[in-house]
Amino acid sequence: MEKIYPEEFEPKIIGFLCNWCTYTGADLAGTSRLQYPPSILPIRVMCSSRVDPLYLLTALLRGADGVLVGGCHPGDCHYQKGNYYTRRRFAMMKKILDTFGLESERIRLSWISASEGPRFAEVVTEYTDKIKNLGPNNISNEVFL
Amino acid sequence: MKIQGDVDNAIKVLLRGLLEKGTVEAVFALGEIGDAINYLLVSDPAKIDSLRPTLPFMPANAANHLSKITAGGGLTQKIAVVVKPCELRGFAELVKRESGSRENLIFISPVCGGVIDFDTFYTGDSEKELAEYWKAFYAGEIPSNIRPTCAICEHLAPFNADVTVLPTSEGCELFSNTPAGADILAPIKEDIAEGQLDETRFEKIRDARISNREKFFEELKLEDMGIKGLVEAFGKCLGCHGCSRVCPICYCALCAFDSKENEFKPDVFDKQLEKRGGIRIPPNTVFFHLGRITHMSVSCVGCGMCADVCPVDIPVASIFTRAGDAVQKLFEYIPGKDFEEPVPLSTFIEDELTEVED
Repeated sequence: MEKIYPEEFEPKIIGFLCNWCTYTGADLAGTSRLQYPPSILPIRVMCSSRVDPLYLLTALLRGADGVLVGGCHPGDCHYQKGNYYTRRRFAMMKKILDTFGLESERIRLSWISASEGPRFAEVVTEYTDKIKNLGPNNISNEVFL
Repeated sequence: MKIQGDVDNAIKVLLRGLLEKGTVEAVFALGEIGDAINYLLVSDPAKIDSLRPTLPFMPANAANHLSKITAGGGLTQKIAVVVKPCELRGFAELVKRESGSRENLIFISPVCGGVIDFDTFYTGDSEKELAEYWKAFYAGEIPSNIRPTCAICEHLAPFNADVTVLPTSEGCELFSNTPAGADILAPIKEDIAEGQLDETRFEKIRDARISNREKFFEELKLEDMGIKGLVEAFGKCLGCHGCSRVCPICYCALCAFDSKENEFKPDVFDKQLEKRGGIRIPPNTVFFHLGRITHMSVSCVGCGMCADVCPVDIPVASIFTRAGDAVQKLFEYIPGKDFEEPVPLSTFIEDELTEVED
């Protein structure tokens, strides 16, 4: 079938969103009818610290253009300190990607509370733009990993 | 304390004395079974003859063995353990992960010149290699026949050893660092050197290793790898997972990479084929190695076991050590330095690392 419109790169972003803050914030963005790009594929986790670094790796290696980890603001974690561990692990992840010359911009950590629907829409819009500028994840073209 | 003669014999005299006097019930150290070198656990003083306690060779990182011996509660018998500094560091990391106990263990650890790799030791003339090794070590040089990661290791002297052994061309010197160490040296107390080990005595080797380290990491050029470089670097990987099996930090009883969870199921093969038009078998090789790095890099002691057992000679130890160096610097952490200091990923500071948040 012939394409009528020139194909624009629409990034695929996997979002690991914590149940208590960011996922609820995303719900609020929806119920408030805020507009944001359809690029994000949310996966609900009970806490951002549930996100094993292997999840980020799997997403990137299987061709996701970006991975967003969303959690409660520091100090507001439903489990008191889960997001502090997340931050350490995330910093390690970024360091490892940088060490091997992989694009560490393709992972992002954002704190979005349950009441921050507008911030959720903003983060997704901003991150989508950033990934659009970066272009598609070149790992998805690599065949024999 | 100064003991004249061969360093191995000197330590054996000490160990035999400990067993005979009942100061310890058993000794854990390297020993010979025919031509093969292995760790042995010995309680009979007569069997001490089979030991080669300070042999610069590592058939396995002893941290793994000690973990298996002591996990699930400390030992009831006192054991004198002769291990290399990085093995002791690895064990400290395992104890922090509740995979071992230091109870009733007395650590005797030598200042380490590095270990001779498997190939050189078993296929070459081992006595000749050993003579060359000690000659270089006593001259304050880096022996040429050691593992590449040993030649860049800055931690020659052990952390947390009860007794530190400094091999010298005349024999060896012993230093007790703890009350337990002083206890086992007590019978030969009059000979013990007063004070602490003077680290400037092997400063020359350490300095050479530190400058090697920088150069070595620079030449690896990991930053230029990208996904293409990783695919190439691990292209030869058979998927034997030997590197994780021998790693002193890989302690999980059920490894995530051996579980079905991370295996490709038929639908994933379908999807990936559709997407990429091809797939490597076994799949997920880059995932395994990068994933393992996320698990062990923070505590990697750079012992080099992984590269030595790799059947296809992938320089995994160099790659892992470099990644470990980067992550450890991020948290200002020296693995195995302290039994009490928590592993960086199991602790936090409330106000830190804000630069990774967006």
